[in-house]
Amino acid sequence: MTTTAPPTGSTSPVRVDGDGGSGDQPGRRPRRTGGKAGRQMHAGWLTYAILTVFAIGSLFPLVWTAIAASHSNTRLAQTPPPFTFGDRLWENLDTAWNTGNMGMALFNTLFVASAITISTVLFATLAGYAFAKLRFRAKNLLLLLVIGTMMVPPQLGVVPLYMAIAELGWTNRLQAVILPMMVSAFGVFFMRQYLVQALPKELIEAARVDGAHSLRVVWHVVLPVARPAMAVLGMLTFVMAWNEFFWPIIALTQQNPTVQVALTGLGRGYVPDQGVIMAGALLGTLPLLIAFAVFGRQIVGGIMHGALKG
Amino acid sequence: MTSHDLNAASPAEGGAAPRPAKGGDDERERRRQRRRSWRYRMDTKASPYGFILPFFLFFGAFGLFPLLFTGWAALHRVRLQDPGSMEWAGFHNFTRLMSDEFFWNALANTFTIGLISTVPQLCIALGLAHLLNYKMRGSNFFRVAMLTPYATSVAAATLVFAMLYGRDYGMINWALGLVGIDNIDWEGGSWTSQFAISTIVIWRWTGYNTLIYLAAMQAVPKDLYESAALDGASAWKQFLHVTLPSLRPTILFTIVVSTIGATQLFGEPLLFGSGPSGGSQNQYQTLGLYMYEMGWFNFNLGRASAIAWAMFLLLIIIGLIYWAVSKWVTRGTTGKGD
Repeated sequence: MTTTAPPTGSTSPVRVDGDGGSGDQPGRRPRRTGGKAGRQMHAGWLTYAILTVFAIGSLFPLVWTAIAASHSNTRLAQTPPPFTFGDRLWENLDTAWNTGNMGMALFNTLFVASAITISTVLFATLAGYAFAKLRFRAKNLLLLLVIGTMMVPPQLGVVPLYMAIAELGWTNRLQAVILPMMVSAFGVFFMRQYLVQALPKELIEAARVDGAHSLRVVWHVVLPVARPAMAVLGMLTFVMAWNEFFWPIIALTQQNPTVQVALTGLGRGYVPDQGVIMAGALLGTLPLLIAFAVFGRQIVGGIMHGALKG
Repeated sequence: MTSHDLNAASPAEGGAAPRPAKGGDDERERRRQRRRSWRYRMDTKASPYGFILPFFLFFGAFGLFPLLFTGWAALHRVRLQDPGSMEWAGFHNFTRLMSDEFFWNALANTFTIGLISTVPQLCIALGLAHLLNYKMRGSNFFRVAMLTPYATSVAAATLVFAMLYGRDYGMINWALGLVGIDNIDWEGGSWTSQFAISTIVIWRWTGYNTLIYLAAMQAVPKDLYESAALDGASAWKQFLHVTLPSLRPTILFTIVVSTIGATQLFGEPLLFGSGPSGGSQNQYQTLGLYMYEMGWFNFNLGRASAIAWAMFLLLIIIGLIYWAVSKWVTRGTTGKGD
């Protein structure tokens, strides 16, 4: 799955930020010398027009979610559909929060997604470091196993997982949705690809010479270097865990839901009110949208960086 | 002092045996050094396994084992009411699948929805990435805006789109009405429902693929464009003969990832209607949805496992096809020398 080689001639660790690691930000750096990549042509008005149309298309359904959440069910059952905000937003949010169980769902999801993110990032960093910089037997075979399993969807194993949690009496408990998601093959591969480049061997050896044992090396050398990639992996994992759908709706019920489970309940007519359903969708999406507004550049950079390596 | 021994055993030199301490101090000092270096070697030998152990433990328990055990469960009668008891059934679950019209219907739906969601999605993404690769103002705004659907969950996105596609009061039918088209029953029809579900997938994933293509485009050496421009190649020719060939591995990668995603399609068809049947005529029931209905609505976990393994087989076939195609594609490029 090696796609593209990193930009040639850069000896510094690849940056993980809004520029996608290639350091390519046209217009900001007029003088550039050889080896850099990318096109330099200026965008015309047609380019702006097309991109604006697609940006609006991307954002409109979300804006309309908020608009629909501010109207009553009767208003939404009329044509033309509303294009401006109504006055029922707080009422609908309140109903979704209490009757639709979105409040509990939000706290559950926050807990579940945080636990999954912390463990995924931690274990992926450790394993990624071992695969990137350490020698051990069967290393290449094990790495191949990691890469191979990145492609196998976890959905295919839900029947035995369900049988297991039914035996353990874990149905409707949060550990049932946390434990199966605690590691990710993609995460291991992502961290390995980053550390291969970003972590100089001399740094590890210098620490070794000073008498540091392997855990001290991880704490004092590997983690500081890995931090930017860990942050990106953490954000990507959090988004994925927040939006996890298939397994939670099997393992949990409306009595103890995550956001996606509660939304499924709303969608199936748990509360037959379109405005409330949209208010629930808004509540369930808003935390991630706020995160995108704040960390958008970093997330964009992380995906682009991962693409270069992946 | 100890640095000499440490160097001798460092991974750089392949963990060679420690040399005798320099200078030949007294016996006790040497023993301490030897003990230290033994502990050191154990540390370097064992610690890599310690670092990968947590991953492989969890992966084995919750990834590999369930996948393999699904194959075992598929050979048994397992009921949802009593998942602990398994009764040997041989290949009964699989043979029933072969003559099950709902299974073939779900397979066909998965295929068509996959096709009409993946192909436009990747084509649009390629075009948008090309546009975003121009020098421009506000490029960060466009990138973040187009990625926002990626942050929206399947559930939230589908509920919103189900409303937009509503038959009587949906915004899409209202807009079509403005140009004189009668209300369409999106959910009720076969092609219309599959089209609508595909637009949800396209909406959520186009931005993500755009960024992946954009990253690959930015890594294409600038010289290639310069020499192409010197040869008098138009912008379109440059896209065709420089950008596309350089992006070939990335394009193949995104095709593989979106195809895998398409075979697993579940949340969109589940929430677009109101249940696991995928419409009154099963007109948009996918394999994932059929597995869910079989296991958790028909209480037949054994047959659900058989469906899961059929999906797994499908993935392997797709994987082999792509492997053959990528072999064929790379053979084409090595001749040209890039």
